[in-house]
Amino acid sequence: MGDAFTVVAVSAGAFFFLAGTVGLLRFPDALSRLHALTKADNLGLGLITLGLLPRADDWLGVLKLVLIWLLVQLAGAIVAQLIARELRRGGP
Amino acid sequence: MNEFLLGAAAFIVAMVAVGLVRILRGPADADRMMSAQLIGSGGVAALLLIAGATAAPATIDVALVLALLAAFASVVFVLSAPAWMSGRETPGG
Repeated sequence: MGDAFTVVAVSAGAFFFLAGTVGLLRFPDALSRLHALTKADNLGLGLITLGLLPRADDWLGVLKLVLIWLLVQLAGAIVAQLIARELRRGGP
Repeated sequence: MNEFLLGAAAFIVAMVAVGLVRILRGPADADRMMSAQLIGSGGVAALLLIAGATAAPATIDVALVLALLAAFASVVFVLSAPAWMSGRETPGG
């Protein structure tokens, strides 16, 4: 049961990475590429972390996984805002 | 299960490698930074999957370090832009 959940969640996360990469390569505009990237960041990594949680050894492992996920979420959100502001001002 | 996790890790690394094309083509520097951000989060995802698949749980700590470094790299990129573009000043001084 836990194995099936892991397989489904990790597959969904990998799919979002695929979608995000395709969007990063194919979208016409820089801001829409940023949108695709944030989906790969948040949903992709989030689903993969969710799928790996049942396999953690103990509560410390669960805590580490959640902390890594939160850190990447926070950093990704901040970076997305900063890049978007630069793009909107016609930046580099 | 382990083979599946390792296969997923390989798939994500392949996706990140394909995303490197944006570094080559991206008309703006911000596009290249987006590709670097994808490398960061994709690398973390692949490391977490490898940690779940193999008997080396310390790989999770490597993923944590990579997440920290990726965050810092993105912040450095934005701060290296001209000051008014990164919001530290208003345009025109």
